[in-house]
Amino acid sequence: MRRFLLAAPFAVLATPAHAATGEAVNPWVALAYLVSGVFFILALRGLSSPATSRTGNRFGMIGMLIAVVTTLVTHFPTVTQNGTSTNDGTPTFLVLPDLFSASEILIAIAIGAVVGITIARRIAMTAMPELVAAFHSLVGLAAVLVGWAAYLNPGAFGLLVPMDTIGTDYSLPMQIGAVSKIEMGLGIAIGAITFSGSVIAFAKLSGRMSGSPILLPARHVINLGVLAAIIVLTALFAMAGPSETMPLIVAMTVLAFVIGFLVIIPIGGADMPVVVSMLNSYSGWAAAAMGFTLGNTAMIITGALVGSSGAILSYIMCRAMNRSFISVIAGGFGADAGAGGGEAKEQRPYKQGSAADAAFMLEQAEKVIIIPGYGMAVAQAQHALREMADLLEEKGVEVKFAIHPVAGRMPGHMNVLLAEASVDYDKVFELEDINSEFAQADVAFIIGANDVVNPAAKTDKSSPIYGMPVFDVDKAKQVFFIKRSMGGVGYAGVDNDVFYMDQTMMLLSDAKKMVEEIVKNLD
Amino acid sequence: MDFISILSIFVLACFVGYYVVWSVTPALHTPLMAVTNAISSVIIVGALIAAAAADVPGAKWLGLLGIVLASVNIFGGFAVTARMLAMYKKKEKK
Repeated sequence: MRRFLLAAPFAVLATPAHAATGEAVNPWVALAYLVSGVFFILALRGLSSPATSRTGNRFGMIGMLIAVVTTLVTHFPTVTQNGTSTNDGTPTFLVLPDLFSASEILIAIAIGAVVGITIARRIAMTAMPELVAAFHSLVGLAAVLVGWAAYLNPGAFGLLVPMDTIGTDYSLPMQIGAVSKIEMGLGIAIGAITFSGSVIAFAKLSGRMSGSPILLPARHVINLGVLAAIIVLTALFAMAGPSETMPLIVAMTVLAFVIGFLVIIPIGGADMPVVVSMLNSYSGWAAAAMGFTLGNTAMIITGALVGSSGAILSYIMCRAMNRSFISVIAGGFGADAGAGGGEAKEQRPYKQGSAADAAFMLEQAEKVIIIPGYGMAVAQAQHALREMADLLEEKGVEVKFAIHPVAGRMPGHMNVLLAEASVDYDKVFELEDINSEFAQADVAFIIGANDVVNPAAKTDKSSPIYGMPVFDVDKAKQVFFIKRSMGGVGYAGVDNDVFYMDQTMMLLSDAKKMVEEIVKNLD
Repeated sequence: MDFISILSIFVLACFVGYYVVWSVTPALHTPLMAVTNAISSVIIVGALIAAAAADVPGAKWLGLLGIVLASVNIFGGFAVTARMLAMYKKKEKK
């Protein structure tokens, strides 16, 4: 091995970057990544209440800063120059900091910062689900790029091991270790699935693509086949010799991109909370897989946190719909049921009311529970709704908000919109906390929600939403139902008995316009 | 680090994640997704290593692109989370 003459202070720090495997990792560096991981845990811990959440977010930023600075310092780009000969005549090399490469890295960070902050400032709160989907796709693609970079330059990542079976004879030619190749392959595959799946989720959520499920014939067979092929290719890739790996990893990457598309395409718009959570989880597992490859504690801790976070959110969403994760991922929900619901429909009588009627009765009420749904987000009615709630409270009416876990297009979607409209979070309740209060409520005010108040979920075993926990709005003295028209049914494609109850008044209009009218009448 | 040490950290972190995430209030599930998004971009560490090693140009450019993507996520994710969290407040008593 050639000896390096360390000529710059940076160079001391730069050596571990190109050190061969087997060399001990600088314990301070490992410690720094561990601290960074702990800060990420604290960041999530802070979200247990709105009061501590802002501090939590700051912890997250600190953790990221530690991870990035540690990496920049230990892997500072260097150039090697020929130096003077030593006394015994062996040539030496000067390792100097490569300021040009360093500035390229800083420029790359700056570009990302400008784009990221601009998007974060400008995005409307109603567009949060598609923004999160878009961000997931970036993590996925970054994982693919890092995986590929590690494949192309394994030396920089310390992944090379000698080609003998014991792995200690460093005079033999070097190759990437089999375990590293499996981790790398997993990272690339999960990253690619996250990317293409999130792109489809983004397109569906932002309306660039129809939200209705697109069903390919024999899609389950195709998907399972592609998945099996990815696993086989990853195994072959791990076992292949250095000269044979390229076609395998290319094929594996391409197939992983393809299956991401295929899996998300048949899933309908209102199942997106599950999909977005699932992709959140995948982006975590991708980071964890790359963390295994690099032996980096910060990445592994983060990956595990994000992976479990997304998995738990998916579970909560599925439970709130009484559906198994498998049935959501299998897709197609709403497409078949919609067709079935159409033919059985008959004209049933319903009562239609005006904004003036609604305003009059709301004023008389003692307790009003408002149930917002996706329709409120679409109509951007949250500010008008808050105004209405404020006016009612001034008149001595008790107003509460009731939020179903799957209301909207992502977990917590409604809460963010109400927070944006500066609704006090003490007035916003979860399903199980408020459901018993409908019996004492004078008015249940449903705005843009449908399936989450459908009593068929409790009574009709043949209904596609049977077993889903729903709000007991039928127990309230009065039900006001804001809906654009009587024509459309909810996402599940089932008719809703609430429309036709004696105590129900349908307010058929755009949600925002209707609430604004009610506000005018309340003044 | 050897594989078993790494695996131990991973498994324990999964348990930490499980308990920490269940304690997150459902009202903050959207900020939770935004912030997990930001922190999973710690993958930038890999991109930085790739970009810093100039010996393989292909890997370097992939690394630089990875840095841009991950930075969008880091800055965007934390900024949008901060923006959301700033909205969750109790009203002043009148």
